[in-house]
Amino acid sequence: MTTTLSSAGKDTLLTIAGRSFRSRLMVGTGKYATHALMLDALDASGAEIVTVAVRRVDLDRTREEGILHHLDPNRFFLLANTAGCYTAEDAVRYARLAREAGFNDFVKLEVIGDRETLLPDTVGLLEAARTLAGEGFQVLAYTSDDLITALRLEDAGCAAVMPLASPIGSGLGMINPFTIRTITHRLSVPVIVDAGVGTASDACLVMEQGVDGILMNTALAEAKDPVLMAGAMRDAVSAGRAAWLAGRMPRREIAVPSSPLTGML
Amino acid sequence: MTRTPLSLTVNGDPRSVPGPATVADLLAHLSLDPRAVVVEVNRTILRRPDLESTPLHEGDSVEVVHFVGGG
Repeated sequence: MTTTLSSAGKDTLLTIAGRSFRSRLMVGTGKYATHALMLDALDASGAEIVTVAVRRVDLDRTREEGILHHLDPNRFFLLANTAGCYTAEDAVRYARLAREAGFNDFVKLEVIGDRETLLPDTVGLLEAARTLAGEGFQVLAYTSDDLITALRLEDAGCAAVMPLASPIGSGLGMINPFTIRTITHRLSVPVIVDAGVGTASDACLVMEQGVDGILMNTALAEAKDPVLMAGAMRDAVSAGRAAWLAGRMPRREIAVPSSPLTGML
Repeated sequence: MTRTPLSLTVNGDPRSVPGPATVADLLAHLSLDPRAVVVEVNRTILRRPDLESTPLHEGDSVEVVHFVGGG
């Protein structure tokens, strides 16, 4: 029998603000060609937490209908985001609207600071995080890979901190493993890397830094075969997690033989 | 009783509904399921049980939102 992470009983559940999840892979629901393809990709990913956005209802019904026509809220944990918000005030407004939908009080808080890079406005983010945490929200804060901001978000009462691997939708992978590792070592709340993962090896490398999970959207939605990529990401997150728990061998800049030096002819 | 039209702004566009009307009446007029949307009137978010009892006034600004796909 193959020893896997779950069969070996070596891993714990991912717990965020008292809610526990088996999967460490969270996925977005945007940008898929069809709802059917999205649902197949969600299935293949094994994700339990899926993100959604808050937008105006199209009163003329020319655009798509709400995603809850397709996504069973009893099967997935819906994590609403504040994507597209450029001020703390807007992000707080979107979060309050999302909570009123009545599913949970979790929010993936985004306050974007720049239209070209979509990098977070960490000053606005901290302000919004304090306000929402004070209102009883479980805030998962999308942030830069800056340790000091991550520490301040934890102090502000965030339930999880979500540093980026690289900019949203870039697929550049993890630009700075050192900062991700440092944030992971220093924070007590879960660290979920959000944004930038492009392919399975990126996800594996991110998990090998010891983070608690990964959130991704474009890497699946823009893959040629999103369902196949979702399965690859599931395996990569699991493999990276297992490798981190297993503890890698030290790096050496000299060779060490693997075969005995004794008994040679 | 004559029904005076109410001029509102709904999701950023001018819209007229037969008055008097509550927020629940507006949603019915728009053929929207109140359980599938969240409503804000003049920047105040309404709780679902209050949709039936909240009257709309001339000039009110209403936002009706729901969840869409996102990352």
